[in-house]
Amino acid sequence: MTEFLQQLINGLSLGSIYALIALGYTMVYGVLKFINFAHGDVYMVGAFAGYYLAPWVWKVIPAGQDTTRFSWSSSAGAFAVLLLSMAVCAVLGILIEKLVYRPLRKRPRLTVLITAIGVSIFLENFGQYLFGADPKSFPEILPDRAIEGLGDLTVMVNQSVVLVVTLILLVALHFIVMRTKMGTAMRALAYNPAAASLMGINNDVIISFTFGLGSALAAAAGILNAINYPSIDPLMGILPGIKAFVAAVLGGIGNLQGAVLGGILLGVLETLVVGYVSPMYRDAIAFAVLIAILLFKPNGLLGRVESEKV
Amino acid sequence: MNRPKTWLLVFVALIWAASWFQGAINPYYFDILITIGINIVLGVSLNLVNGYTGQFSLGHAGFMAVGAYVSAAMTIFLCPRWLAACGGGSTAESALFLGALVAGGFGAALAGLAVGVPSLRLKGDYLAIVTLGFGEIIRVMVQNTEAVGGSRGLSIPARETGLFTTYLAAALAVYVVVSLVHSTYGRGFLMVRDDEVAAEAMGINTTKYKVMAFVVGAFFAGIAGGLYAHFKQFIHPEGFGFLRSVDIVVIVILGGMGNTPGVILAAILLTILPEGLRALAALEALPVWLRGMIQNRMILYSLLLIGLMLTRPQGLFSGGGKWLRWWKRRQA
Amino acid sequence: MASLVEKEAGMSPLLEINDCTVAFGGLKAVSELNLSIHQGELMGLIGPNGAGKTTAFNLITGVYRPTDGEIRFDGRSIVGRRPYQITARGIARTFQNIRLFASLSVFDNVRAACNMHLRHGISHALWRGDAFAQEEKAVEDRVMELLEIFHLDHLCNAPSTGLPYGDQRRLEIVRALATRPKLLLLDEPAAGMNPTEKQELVRLIRFTQEKFKLAVLLVEHDMRVVMGICERIAVLDYGMKIAEGTPEEIRNNRKVIEAYLGE
Ligand SMILES: Nc1ncnc2c1ncn2[C@@H]1O[C@H](COP(=O)(O)OP(=O)(O)OP(=O)(O)O)[C@@H](O)[C@H]1O
Ligand SMILES: [Mg+2]
Repeated sequence: MTEFLQQLINGLSLGSIYALIALGYTMVYGVLKFINFAHGDVYMVGAFAGYYLAPWVWKVIPAGQDTTRFSWSSSAGAFAVLLLSMAVCAVLGILIEKLVYRPLRKRPRLTVLITAIGVSIFLENFGQYLFGADPKSFPEILPDRAIEGLGDLTVMVNQSVVLVVTLILLVALHFIVMRTKMGTAMRALAYNPAAASLMGINNDVIISFTFGLGSALAAAAGILNAINYPSIDPLMGILPGIKAFVAAVLGGIGNLQGAVLGGILLGVLETLVVGYVSPMYRDAIAFAVLIAILLFKPNGLLGRVESEKV
Repeated sequence: MNRPKTWLLVFVALIWAASWFQGAINPYYFDILITIGINIVLGVSLNLVNGYTGQFSLGHAGFMAVGAYVSAAMTIFLCPRWLAACGGGSTAESALFLGALVAGGFGAALAGLAVGVPSLRLKGDYLAIVTLGFGEIIRVMVQNTEAVGGSRGLSIPARETGLFTTYLAAALAVYVVVSLVHSTYGRGFLMVRDDEVAAEAMGINTTKYKVMAFVVGAFFAGIAGGLYAHFKQFIHPEGFGFLRSVDIVVIVILGGMGNTPGVILAAILLTILPEGLRALAALEALPVWLRGMIQNRMILYSLLLIGLMLTRPQGLFSGGGKWLRWWKRRQA
Repeated sequence: MASLVEKEAGMSPLLEINDCTVAFGGLKAVSELNLSIHQGELMGLIGPNGAGKTTAFNLITGVYRPTDGEIRFDGRSIVGRRPYQITARGIARTFQNIRLFASLSVFDNVRAACNMHLRHGISHALWRGDAFAQEEKAVEDRVMELLEIFHLDHLCNAPSTGLPYGDQRRLEIVRALATRPKLLLLDEPAAGMNPTEKQELVRLIRFTQEKFKLAVLLVEHDMRVVMGICERIAVLDYGMKIAEGTPEEIRNNRKVIEAYLGE
């Protein structure tokens, strides 16, 4: 029982990462009806941004570097790294959309897909050129140790940080999407682009905003993952990117709650398969899920049914 | 109507003659020549799926893997026994090698069927990612099959692939794809690409054509895999991953989707390009940062992809027809 | 006149739609529709925008499945058949939002529609023997013959999507005819044509209907076209059939006038 609980907690923290990335896929799909293939690589850039930003942050908050014990300064430092890297990726996401996807907006979907693959490969390989191909070790920005008093269960502080920060981000996202003007416009655009622009909504601004928001969440996922698994490299975004896409499809692409649900489910499932079946199938399981879901429930768990007009 | 067959025969005779002199070719150039041939097979066959039929597949390397492993397994496990049974000889060896290639092709075709059928309901982005997923599943399966070396890779004892087999495969792939799309029957592929709803309304079983494209495409990818395995004499599951598929996709897109001559040109160009880049990267005169960037050909490929999509989505070499017409008009 | 004779003789209709409903979510685009068309008949289907005419076509051709009801063609049920199977049974159509094969020439668009009747398959396309050559030649002749009827033969090498609107619509009809249908469904074939073109179109529809012994179901907003050639007209409004009869009867039907003028 304890082992199962342990697996569940591990799965939840992995699932949170997938959920955060999946949200970006789903939001972009919502407004543009296309899969941003390069999204997983934004997650990678997020982790690297944190890697390079941490020393700068510590210059401002020198006490933050001391991670032998918990302190306000170490938390503030970690928080600053998180926010800054989210900002960097938001800018990156907006830039990619402006430079590459926007000129193609009226073109066939295949053209856009190929371009997105191109952007993805570019980020991966330019990353290798810029950061070096060898894995780097993400700096310790928070003191990591097991939480005491849980009996046989080992829950690391950082694991709980992942869960808590994800929860906070989800609440913030919910607020942005449901309560702010920008969020409302985003939903309107997803629902009916033509009507939205008739209502005086500036599509370009909303789309930029969506890309920024999604990329920031991916960056957060990158940092949160790196504090648990500090080895980062320029190709680290490929698999989590694809898996998060699977999560988005599993939940029903275009649906925000669906992305979170799909992410968590996939994370837990993957952890259980690795724990109880074989670690060899860690990466194949996501694809099996994808194929099954597309065959039996192509609109995902929470997606809405659409039929093509002829 | 019989011209294509004549061309095929003439070409096959030519390469047969040329293959007598293959021993005289400098090994470095020989390597490039064979790689070009294999890339032509891969590009032309993927073009049937992605270009002519409009089903964007990102898993071609997966089929290549199936072909490579099936044919290698035949060569390693079955051929020695059969050779012993029939008393050996170089003719028997060649025949068995061809048999292994074809078996690899059929194995891959079977995998193509397995991918094609569930992918029918999917379009565009979804299909691309599902085929990518299939490719990865194949890779993981190979990795977990100890009998063929698992994640250690597999060595093949003999270097059987030569000029003749490689270019025979290339010629056949081109012939099959071109003959198909230049027949009323094969126009069904183009109809599926242009408009599935209209194609069905014209009596086209779109399902059949899509599966057919996948199966034929996979068959030749399998052959290419077999050629590759018996040329490099070492195969590894990582060598058939997503990035290998992207390599092939770049060939098709650069050449122009649904443009076979363009794809052949692109296969040649993209095989030589890395060699050229390597030479360029060695130039002392260039600044260090540029040399570093040139060393990673994928940076260039990705920029090429993005640039092409922004400016010439029809590919680098399309519009050949226009030039031909212009030339003919000038002659007249 | 043939159809009237048949009807009186009690022959079963070519196409029979019984109580068919098509719903998209809550919207019933076609609601409990009953319609029958006889061999060789030229029937009109009219109704205001969004009445469900195109949906009815999609229903007949198998693009949409009825949520309820039965469709019989030539005595056999076609519900649940795939569109290509229904085309093979003998129903061809044109599309309101023109759907030509964009990468194919005018000639190849029509040739593509001959695919269904080929006797030879993949092996002949690869072997390219005499049988293959003969059949390709026969197909080419047939395509040219059809194109000539619709005065499109001189455009045969032009890219199909570069044609003027009216030519594209006529090409869609030729393409549909190439499948050798018994029933031809035309969705607003005169849309975007000028009056002379419309007149010529009316003549062509009549001519082909007689030459190929077709039944035709025509959706058209131009009343002069519809009233001019249809023997019988059915009227849809909000997915429901509100009237059916001769052009004369429809012209004077209160419900029809209300549907068009009302709201
Ligand atoms: N695939 C679909 N999904 C949802 N609603 C649909 C779909 N196809 C048609 N409809 C709706 O069904 C109704 C009937 O549409 P249809 O196209 O059949 O009308 P129509 O009579 O052909 O109109 P028009 O004269 O404008 O062509 C419309 O309200 C339309 O919005
Ligand atoms: Mg309509």
